Amino acid sequence: MTERPNGRAPLSSNVVAERPAAAAGSEATPPAPGGAAVSGALAAAALAALTVLVVHLLLPNGQTPQPAWTDALAPWLRPYPAALEAMFGAAVLLAALQGAWRPLRPWALHYAPLAAGTVVAFGAWDLITLKFGWMTLPFFPGPGAVLAALVEDRALLFESTWHSLLLLLTGYAVGVTAGLVSGVLIGWFTRVRYWGMPILRVVGPLPATALIPLVMTLSSQAFVSAAALIGFAVWFPMTMLTASGIANVRISYLDVARTLGAGRLYLIFRVALPSALPNIFLGLFMGLGASFLTLIAAESVGVPAGLGWYLTWQQNFVEYAKMDASILIMALFFSTLMTLLFAVRDRVLRWQKGVIKW
Amino acid sequence: MTAPEKTAAEGSSLVVRDVGKAFRAADGSAVPVLERLSLTVAAGEMASLVGPSGCGKSTLLRLIAGLDAPTAGEVRLGAAAITGPGAERGLVFQDPNLFPWLTVRGNIQAGLVARGVLNRRRHEVEEFMALVGLEAFAGAYPHQLSGGMAQRAALARALINHPKVLLLDEPLGSLDAFTRMRMQDEVLGLWRARGTTMLLVTHDIDEAVYMSDRIFLLTPRPCRVERVLEVALPRPRQRNGPGFLRLRAEILEMLHFAGKGTA
Repeated sequence: MTERPNGRAPLSSNVVAERPAAAAGSEATPPAPGGAAVSGALAAAALAALTVLVVHLLLPNGQTPQPAWTDALAPWLRPYPAALEAMFGAAVLLAALQGAWRPLRPWALHYAPLAAGTVVAFGAWDLITLKFGWMTLPFFPGPGAVLAALVEDRALLFESTWHSLLLLLTGYAVGVTAGLVSGVLIGWFTRVRYWGMPILRVVGPLPATALIPLVMTLSSQAFVSAAALIGFAVWFPMTMLTASGIANVRISYLDVARTLGAGRLYLIFRVALPSALPNIFLGLFMGLGASFLTLIAAESVGVPAGLGWYLTWQQNFVEYAKMDASILIMALFFSTLMTLLFAVRDRVLRWQKGVIKW
Repeated sequence: MTAPEKTAAEGSSLVVRDVGKAFRAADGSAVPVLERLSLTVAAGEMASLVGPSGCGKSTLLRLIAGLDAPTAGEVRLGAAAITGPGAERGLVFQDPNLFPWLTVRGNIQAGLVARGVLNRRRHEVEEFMALVGLEAFAGAYPHQLSGGMAQRAALARALINHPKVLLLDEPLGSLDAFTRMRMQDEVLGLWRARGTTMLLVTHDIDEAVYMSDRIFLLTPRPCRVERVLEVALPRPRQRNGPGFLRLRAEILEMLHFAGKGTA
């Protein structure tokens, strides 16, 4: 896919000539970045990685770190220093490659400052915890301990992530499907709206987590109960936004369709539903956020697997590095799902002008 | 596509008889918009409705399209009374109202999809895109089109159903003067090529004189037909010919916009 500021399809020059005002903003492609600028950005990233690495290895610890499996390794081979070394190596390698392979340049120029910033943030974390002791052990382990815990527990963390993913997707799919059906019915049929809206108004705002004690008795299988709970959390925003999107379809679109010979099915599924899609995506995003919350809550109390379970389980052993590691995984996991949903939206709503980039 | 037979065409003239339409105001009283309005548009004719704004021209078109029901009188197309919207009566609005989620092709074939005949008549989609000169923009989305292109797509979308009557509600009203004059010729070209009966609502007296066989002058609310003018000028018409200017002045006079100094 070609990168365009607002995801428009390429236009023939004919249209551009006909409406210069509308086209001017989106048609200008930025000039290719020069080699010196790219080298500079990559050098900054390499320098940041090197500095943070040297500080980690040479600055004496302000607190005694907890014993870990990595104590047997040479300091520079432990996961966190190794990651910094990899970052340094990658920056140097890219700086060498960008002269020969130009397509790399815009990409490198975009991500090098972000990488440098990330490295600096890790360095600051290292300083205020392990090195200076402003945040004390064992509650606030440094990046070295957290990355070590991540590597140590990788199998269990992977299994937990996989289980969370299955549960989340099951519950989300149930909630989205139910929300779409009830949203279309409430949005289109006034009689369904009469009875549906009061139910929605009373039941919808309930936090799904309040229902955990009740729902866990639904089924002897915790997975089924938790999926139903997540489904409920997703169902409310999906229903509200789908219904409002359907109910607010421009009347003139319906009028046009009717004069073209459209029947009720066409009006609902080929006019109202696509015109409600921007709203429906809002519901999908809100539902996804609600599903994360409900997932972790359900796993923390009732489901004997998943990232939420891992987090509370490690809490019992006062394993703060492992808790932090699972939170790190959750952040990456949820962010990836959000990014995927944004990618789907950008594809489905490519007919819309000016969508926000994630 | 075959040219309409003269005899078949005569059977499908548009008849509006004693039609009334009242809307209910906020205080519950009935506000008449149309009152005992009658007119007949012959099959294949290009007729226009001219009158003060807000007088109910659009309401009349909606009644003919079947989107609203009259409170009195009847509307017929040929022998059949109009009871609801149908594909034999196309409607084009001032706003093209293209479906923004469909490409130009998707919009133009919408009528075929809606009636479930796309597979049988898919070849016509290309034909109608060519008819309005949008073949190169088949994959473009409406927000990428200029106003004139969007309105051409809207015309093709209405015409692909082969309507007997095409209702045009100020279709060129939002275009700039030059695009507008070019589009007037394009609409006339479509009318000549396809023999579709057209009923045009317009505020633009020049447009009415340039395009119509007959002009219905309407009164302010409640709306009635005040005068029917035959435009006997030969086509293609000269926008500054003496006959054109005389008729134009006559209409301005009738609408009391002539000003002092005019005969």
